[in-house]
Amino acid sequence: MTPRGYAGKYLNVDLTREKIGDVTFPEETLEQYFGGRGLGAKILWDRIGGKWSEVDPLGPENVFIALTGPMTGIYPGGRICCTGKSPVSNGTVGSTASTEFAHELRTAGYDGVIVSGRADKPIYILVTEEGGEIRDASHLWGTMGEETLKILNKEVSDELVSRDPDVGLMKEPGMIYVGPAGENMVRNACVMTKLCHAAGYGGYGSVMGSKNLKAIVAKGRGPLPEVYAPEAVKLLWKRAHEHLISRDSFRRQGTGYGGWSTGNFYSSEPIRNWQEEWHDERSFGGPMFETRFWVKKQWSDFNCTTGCMKVSCVKTGPWKGAITDNPDYELQSYCGTNFGIYDPEANIHLSALIDNLGHSGIGGANTMGYAAELYQRGILTEKDVGFKLEWGDTEAFDRLARVIAYREGVGDVLAEGTYRAALKIAEMKGLKPEELLRYAVHVKGIEVGAHGTRSDEDFLAHDIGYAVNVQGGDHTSVVRDGYHELSGSVFTDSAVICNFARTPQELMFDFAKAVTGYPITVESWRRLNGPRIVTLQKAFLLLGGPDVTWEPVRDDENPPRFYEPLPSGPFKGRTTDRELVRRRRLVYFETLGWDERGIPKKETLEKLDLGFLEKSMFRLR
Amino acid sequence: MSSIWIVRDYENCSGCRRCELACSMHHEGWMWPEASRIRVFMPFPGVEVPHLCAQCDDYPCVESCPVEALSVDGGTTAVIVDEETCIGCGACAKACPGTVPYLHPRDRKATICDLCGGDPECVKVCREAGYNALRLVHEGMSGHRKLFARNPVDVAKDLAVKFFGEKGEELIV
Repeated sequence: MTPRGYAGKYLNVDLTREKIGDVTFPEETLEQYFGGRGLGAKILWDRIGGKWSEVDPLGPENVFIALTGPMTGIYPGGRICCTGKSPVSNGTVGSTASTEFAHELRTAGYDGVIVSGRADKPIYILVTEEGGEIRDASHLWGTMGEETLKILNKEVSDELVSRDPDVGLMKEPGMIYVGPAGENMVRNACVMTKLCHAAGYGGYGSVMGSKNLKAIVAKGRGPLPEVYAPEAVKLLWKRAHEHLISRDSFRRQGTGYGGWSTGNFYSSEPIRNWQEEWHDERSFGGPMFETRFWVKKQWSDFNCTTGCMKVSCVKTGPWKGAITDNPDYELQSYCGTNFGIYDPEANIHLSALIDNLGHSGIGGANTMGYAAELYQRGILTEKDVGFKLEWGDTEAFDRLARVIAYREGVGDVLAEGTYRAALKIAEMKGLKPEELLRYAVHVKGIEVGAHGTRSDEDFLAHDIGYAVNVQGGDHTSVVRDGYHELSGSVFTDSAVICNFARTPQELMFDFAKAVTGYPITVESWRRLNGPRIVTLQKAFLLLGGPDVTWEPVRDDENPPRFYEPLPSGPFKGRTTDRELVRRRRLVYFETLGWDERGIPKKETLEKLDLGFLEKSMFRLR
Repeated sequence: MSSIWIVRDYENCSGCRRCELACSMHHEGWMWPEASRIRVFMPFPGVEVPHLCAQCDDYPCVESCPVEALSVDGGTTAVIVDEETCIGCGACAKACPGTVPYLHPRDRKATICDLCGGDPECVKVCREAGYNALRLVHEGMSGHRKLFARNPVDVAKDLAVKFFGEKGEELIV
């Protein structure tokens, strides 16, 4: 077989029957869907597409998939892409995280792991060149992230060395795991990896939890997969790194300067559950984090010279011992300004806590901010919550994160994620759903990333960015026009490489071609591969179920709050243009060959080799 | 040529592991992290430890080899493995105070940094990226070098305290 960037097989695990084996996919499928987000969607269709609306995302019939792509580990910034039927959107998300797990998996000879069924007790899966093993995880169940890492690193390293003691030392394994939030099926919980790296959007931590799957651990000793044109790849690899190294300020700051500047310059930062998007709290500026807390200013993942993450640690005061990354912008805002907190120390503590619990620092923190706004408005009371939940009160938010992770009291309701919690609270309080949903900042069940659309000054999100996104509020995959992003995030999520290790399109696509030997171009991704993946994801969203099915057009919308005028800051009074959203939504549907309700047309399905969707789409038209 | 040595400043290591890729592309012709002569261990995220030959002044690995497959390069003072002679017994790894040598995943031959003959690839890529966790020095043989031959997990335990204070004491077992 021509070398082409794939290790060549995928580990297939049926937890119910305790069966493990290898599977492969036809060359044509790999060329069309590549890996990660694309291939994951195709595997899901083949496995559960025919009964999609009946599949409970948290039931044994769902499939949890962790995939790499052909460029993972070879191109700078390798990631793992987690997918499955999403328990929050009921569609799919290609949810990625940077991690050494990805190249460990590939050097063990696997491009991914596909897990179905449900184990009857807590387990983890170990993947090596010998194949997969299902191992007991009773001693790990309930452990926080730091503890999980500590135990698994030691246990698996010792075990592998003992199997072949003469060989000397080998590096620790890579792993993805869930914290208590995932175990307890908090719907928007993350798949965690490393300390504070997370595949956040989509809620796949709860899918792992529903399968009693605490972790997947991989250790490989082989080379990275062979490629089509190795000498070209080596040259492009050098050029790609030169490009990344040339970006001085991004390397210096990462996104960890955003907590002040995004609010202050762009006025697009969530503040107290998006009641405002502007602030001038200079106590929350980048240098305040860098000077006092960053113990490592350049922290990279495997094969990355961007190093956008920094290690921060609080060494004094009440939050002593908190360790996390910058925090990055998303958590500076969602676990800071969103809680009315402008103290870097408290922000680092809450970010570290949320990671340790395995919550999503965006989704889970969005739900927490939502609860605090309901408290502010008197809809949730101290009696409901069990304690006072005032803005800016770090201890209160600390407590809230824990009660949600363990589903205690009001936490059990909030563990359903912002959208479903809103509906439940409406029912509890005898209010109309709209009265609760007006404060819920989500798109299709996926809480929106920390980039608002109202000022129109944000560097990511505008008008239809979330509204028509097949991954809802996912800010890493915002829609621009149904064209550019298809060779952008749709490509990188399928190649499973990092958005922050992007190089000019020509270089990135030359790299892809040299790795795979496929005739890949920017255009082919914008016109065929990208639309194929997004159209398949759209079909999943339209089918939805069983608990929620989104209504075409009505739910291809921004959250109500994004149409309220901004109450403060340099863009006071500005809001998202509803008419522009309506027009651009229609153009987006047209660009992708969907009808005016966003349902893929028959000829589009034919053009994209998605004929298998016609039966179900016909029923919706 | 005077003896050369790779200075390692652990706290500067970003964990990018480009040294592993550069090393394995040079020695193996392709990206092969576990066949790199320098490997970055990470017993806890954020605590990354580049692990490579320290060139002890008494070369216990060379002494331990039952078939005399290991020798010292007269110029660079790097340890050179004669792969034809090596029987893959692993004695060198056991004799090394830092368990640096290991058996190659392909053929179980002892694998040790040869300083690329005097111009190490790992140092170049680390410098290019501005980390300077690895630097090349030309200096006479020194008794201090051997003190760097330590188990990477033990090094990480020290670094964890340096980075995280008291909390660092409990993170790595």
